[in-house]
Amino acid sequence: MRKKIAVVGDKGSVLGFKSVGFEVFMATTQQEIQDVMHTLCKGDYGIIFITEQAYVQIPEIIDEYKESPTPAIIPIPGKDGSLGIGIKNVKKNVERAVGADILFNED
Amino acid sequence: MALINVNPTRMEMTRLKKRLATSIRGHKLLKDKRDDLMKKFLDLVRKNKELREQVEKEISDIYGGFVVASAVMSPQMLEEALMLPKQSIDLEVGERNVMSVTVPSFEFIASENSDSDIYSYGFVSTSGELDDSVAAVKNVLPHLLELAQIEKSAQMIAEEIERTRRRVNALEYVQIPDLQETIKYIKMKLDENERGNLARLMKIKDMMVEQAMEAKRQNSTNTYSS
Repeated sequence: MRKKIAVVGDKGSVLGFKSVGFEVFMATTQQEIQDVMHTLCKGDYGIIFITEQAYVQIPEIIDEYKESPTPAIIPIPGKDGSLGIGIKNVKKNVERAVGADILFNED
Repeated sequence: MALINVNPTRMEMTRLKKRLATSIRGHKLLKDKRDDLMKKFLDLVRKNKELREQVEKEISDIYGGFVVASAVMSPQMLEEALMLPKQSIDLEVGERNVMSVTVPSFEFIASENSDSDIYSYGFVSTSGELDDSVAAVKNVLPHLLELAQIEKSAQMIAEEIERTRRRVNALEYVQIPDLQETIKYIKMKLDENERGNLARLMKIKDMMVEQAMEAKRQNSTNTYSS
């Protein structure tokens, strides 16, 4: 199955990914992000990288596609630095599966 | 524990016993599934954590590079330089089956002319910092894809583990004890009926014997009087 890769976020963050052939969608307001994500999720995209700043604004859409193999919605840090959401998600997964946090004990 | 509402008959008990056997078997299988999923998940999530930390660091570096590049160049120039990428990327999405969980596997197919030629702009109006940044983005690409695959898999497996664990617990702490208790109840009830029946028969026998004796005595008095 051939699919495409999309990057969603504010202009400063996503511009760089254009050079390697990702499809770049710029969106900053919640409405914009929602619209873009709805089209992307219905479209032919296998992976959607989204800046953490945008990621936090659309929890419903994220939840909706949690169960399906594609699209994989993956948060990446935005240009203003990481909000720690990506790593928090990993942690949450561990807690859900194991029942206790066993990976991040050290910090 | 709650009893299941059934008629205390022998047939019902056979049916429940069959269900209990199936439940126990299912419980064992699900438990095995859960343990195995957990093993896979822990491997995956460890890798996930490492990879994510690495990728986040790399991406932050890239942003740093772009900030420098955009400081040297005008924003219009920067945008123009990146507007028409030379490379385009397609994603080959496959499926992998991990203990009946379907997880995606990604492989990317870059349609580029040659490895070195990823710069979509002329070198006259752009700065060297931009070149570095673009090269860095290209380098982080495989990691990003791996991260996407692993993170998605970990997420889906986590979900499946949660579901499986709930099933295991439901079987272990509700279904199986309920069935056992109901079977015991039916057995008790049937035994009680049996005893009741026996007692009644003995009582009837006593009564019959007494009646027979009475009849005999009456008979003998009758013979004496006549």
